[in-house]
Amino acid sequence: MKILTGNDLKTGAVVWWTGNDWSIYVDDAVDVGDQAEEIMAREEAARRVNVPYSLDAEREDDGKVRPAHIKDRVRALGPTVRPDLTLKPQSPEAIDWVI
Amino acid sequence: MYKYDNYDQQMVDARVEEFRGQAKRRLEGKLTEDQFKPLRLMNGLYLQLHAYMLRVAIPYGTLNSAQMSALGDIADKYDRGYGHFTTRQNIQYNWIKLEDAADILADLSKVEMHAIQTSGNCIRNISSDHFAGATHDELVDPRPYAELLRQWSSFHPEFTYLPRKFKIAVIAAEKDRAAMRLHDIGIQIVKNDAGEIGARFFVGGGMGRTPMIAPMIRDFVPLDQLVTYAEGCLRVYNRYGRRDNKYKARIKILVHELGAEEYTRQVEEEFAHLLDQGVEPPRPELERLKPFFADPPFEDGPKTVDRSDPDFALWVDRNTHRHKHDSYVSAVISLKPVGGIPGDATGEQIRTMARLAKQYSFDELRVMHTQNIVLPHVKIADLHALWTELDAAELGAPNLDTIEDIIACPGLDYCALANARSIPLAQRISERFDKSGKTAELGELKLKISGCINACGHHHAGHIGILGVDKKGKENYQLSLGGSEAEDVSLAKITGPGFDEDGVIEAVETVTDVYIAQREDGERFLDTYRRIGMSPFKEALYGK
Repeated sequence: MKILTGNDLKTGAVVWWTGNDWSIYVDDAVDVGDQAEEIMAREEAARRVNVPYSLDAEREDDGKVRPAHIKDRVRALGPTVRPDLTLKPQSPEAIDWVI
Repeated sequence: MYKYDNYDQQMVDARVEEFRGQAKRRLEGKLTEDQFKPLRLMNGLYLQLHAYMLRVAIPYGTLNSAQMSALGDIADKYDRGYGHFTTRQNIQYNWIKLEDAADILADLSKVEMHAIQTSGNCIRNISSDHFAGATHDELVDPRPYAELLRQWSSFHPEFTYLPRKFKIAVIAAEKDRAAMRLHDIGIQIVKNDAGEIGARFFVGGGMGRTPMIAPMIRDFVPLDQLVTYAEGCLRVYNRYGRRDNKYKARIKILVHELGAEEYTRQVEEEFAHLLDQGVEPPRPELERLKPFFADPPFEDGPKTVDRSDPDFALWVDRNTHRHKHDSYVSAVISLKPVGGIPGDATGEQIRTMARLAKQYSFDELRVMHTQNIVLPHVKIADLHALWTELDAAELGAPNLDTIEDIIACPGLDYCALANARSIPLAQRISERFDKSGKTAELGELKLKISGCINACGHHHAGHIGILGVDKKGKENYQLSLGGSEAEDVSLAKITGPGFDEDGVIEAVETVTDVYIAQREDGERFLDTYRRIGMSPFKEALYGK
C-alpha cells in the first residue's frame, strides 16, 4: 500500500494521512492508491502538513501498518534509543518492530 | 571570554526579530516551505526525522556559566529535557516547535548566543582546541585569532552563498586536539625562525564521502595579514568551487582537482591583490580582543592529589589534562556514561556543569569535538570536591580517550540523512567493554561511528571507525582501521565486507584482540596497526 507522511507545520511532529486528516499514529494511515500527489499538494497548500511524501507500507494481519523502510519505522515510533520519548513508552519491545 | 559590544547585541537582536517575522509569515501561509527553508536554515533550524532541530553556535567551544545554564533551561522549557553536544563543539535540540523558535533565539541572545551560520553554505562556527588558554603545551591562546575570524566571517556578504558549507579550525599547539587538518581551512598559530608569531595554513581537508587531509599551502602568514590570507583562500574557492554537483562542491575537491600547487598559486595571486584593499582589520582590533581571553587570577596551591580513593585516582589519571599553571588542571566531564548516548546531557546536568564551572573553573567551560565538556581551570586542591559532585550527577565517568569514549553522530534515531543507527552501537560497545574489563587494558583507543557517508561521527579519523550503510533496507556497518585526527593525522581504511549490528560489535572485539596479541611495549592500537598493517586484522575478521 502507498501511505502519506509529513511533519506538522507548527510542531514538526511526524504525521500520517488518515483519509480526511493527519494522525501521529501510523496505524491510522490509509492506502492512497494513485492519489498521493493530489492529496499532498492540497494539504501542503492548506498548511495542514509540511514536506509530505509517499512511501510503501503493508497492513499486517493484526491491522497494524508497517512502513517498508526502517527510516519510516523510526519516524513512526520515535528514537529507538529513547523508548521513553517514543509513542509507546510503556512497550520497550516496540523497538523490535522498528528493526 | 569575548563579550558582545552594543553593535554585536543589536545585530543579533535584530536578527531574532527578523526571524520572528519570517516564522510568523510561514505559519500564516505567506511563505511556502521552499521560500522559508533557506531562511530557517540560516538561523540553525533544520527539519529532522521527528521534529525541527535547532543547532546553537558555541564559538570555538567556549562558553560561560550563564550561557551553559541558559542552554539547560532551553532544554527543559522548549525541548524534552535534554540537549546533544555535537562534533563541532555546538549543541543541538531535537524536539523544537516552529512556533517557539524565535523565542528560543531571543533567550539565547540574552546570554550573547545565537544560531546564525550553523547551517547553509556559509562559514560555520570556528572551532578550536578545547584546552586553549589553559594547556601547558600551546604557543599562545588561539582564541583571539578564532574570534577575529569569527567576526570577519559573520554576515560576510561575499561568503554567504559559497558552493558548499565551510569549516575553519584554529589551534596554537603542536598537539592537534581540533582535527585541524580535516577542516576546509586549518590554521596553526606558529613561531618562525625570527621568533615572530604567525599562521600556518592548511586548506582542503575534510571528511564526508571523500575524506582528504588538508595540504599545507603556506607555512607562515604574518598575523597582520591573517584575515586577508583567509579571504584569498575563500575568494578562489568561491570563484572556482563547483556548484553543479553538491557532492563535489567542497573546497577539498577544488584543491584536489587543481592540485595544491596551482590552488596555492591562485591564492597567492589573490592575496597579493587584496593586500592593499583594506581587508585586514586594523591591528588594534586584535589587541582589543586579546584581553577578553586573559588569564584568570591563578593562585599557587597544592600540586598533587590524595590518591587513596582508587575511583578518584582513576578519574584524575584519565580525565584531567596538564595546565600551564602547576596548581591547576583542565578537567574533562565525560558525556559518555556506560550505555549512555554520547553527547547527550539533561537540562539538570547542563545546569550542574554550569554551576560547577562557576564554583571551580573561573566561570568557564568548553565543548570538545569529542562530545565531552571541559572545565579548563580547576585548582588541583578542588579536584576531589569537583569529582564528588560530578559523580553524584552521573557525570563522573572515567573514560576519556578509551574505547568507551566513543564519538557517535545522532544517526538514524534522529537524522533525516542517516542510513543506519549509530547510538545503539556506541551503547552496546561501551557496555561490553566495561563489563569485560578490557577498557583499561586497551589504553588509548578512539572509536568513532557515523550513521551515513557524511561522516559527522568522524569515522574516517577513528583508530577504529564504523560507518552505517543501507544494504537493501537493512542496517549494515563497514569497519575501518587506522584513522587519526590528531597531529599524526591519517584516514582509516575499510577492512572488507560489512557486518550486521551484532557482527560489527563482535568485529570490534576481534580487532582489539589482535591488537592485544600483537602489540609491543607502549604501543597504542593505532601504533600497532601502523606497524603490522591491515593483514592480521583482516585474517582475524574474515579468515585467510
